[in-house]
Amino acid sequence: MNQLRRALLKGSGAAGALAVAAAAGLLRPSQVLASEWNKTGFDAKTAEDALKSIGASATSNSNDIVIKAPDIAENGAVVPIEVTSKIPGTQSIALVADKNPFPLVATFNMSNGAEGYVSVRIKMGQSSNVRAVVNAGGKHYAATKEVKVTIGGCGG
Amino acid sequence: MAEPTKIRAQVTGDVVEVKALMNHPMETGQRQDPKTGQKVPVHFIQTVTCTLNGKTVLDAQMSQAISKNPFLGFKIKGGKVGDKVVITWVDNKGDKRSDEVAVTAAG
Repeated sequence: MNQLRRALLKGSGAAGALAVAAAAGLLRPSQVLASEWNKTGFDAKTAEDALKSIGASATSNSNDIVIKAPDIAENGAVVPIEVTSKIPGTQSIALVADKNPFPLVATFNMSNGAEGYVSVRIKMGQSSNVRAVVNAGGKHYAATKEVKVTIGGCGG
Repeated sequence: MAEPTKIRAQVTGDVVEVKALMNHPMETGQRQDPKTGQKVPVHFIQTVTCTLNGKTVLDAQMSQAISKNPFLGFKIKGGKVGDKVVITWVDNKGDKRSDEVAVTAAG
């Protein structure tokens, strides 16, 4: 089962991975619930720790990932980000804003025909690189784009 | 208490483009209440699950860094007019909201 394999690949600690795998295995495929919220990753204070929590400490840069974001965002509270991954077999996309207090912004797992595309609006505390990390077949690929923020969006 | 999610799902060829606008304050926990000077507690959507005809297509996890009233756009290959799209979110206080829409033809 694909879901099970992914849970195992993603799990950071062995015990955690087994617990997730067991939970995933018990559910019928049509009823797979949202996997458990990645508290370690979202609480991480550096981009490196955040990437480690999703199992992506080693990434290779890829030109097949396109991040569409403004060069200069006037309002850091609403920064539109669009990520398109042309990598075949894209399973998940993670968004990381390097200099945010909690860099990991969101993760998206695709299945059952969902394309490697996601569009969201994020908050950014200050000018920083935005990273998109794509997981395809267990390998992680990344692309970055710098976004300059004139008014930070974390306090307001 | 949660307001409905606005969802639009349109099919072009066999690709369904879904656009959803959820209604949520998405408090970061870093903002101060101007009246009391107290910090406004964190309150944000943690997981969003999207299904097409009952099959999970997108399983998203979010942090408080997603903007207020989150927008989510994604594409699904292999959909047609009349298919049912359901979007469910759960926040850090356990509140949830589920809304559905039928796929329509684009244009």
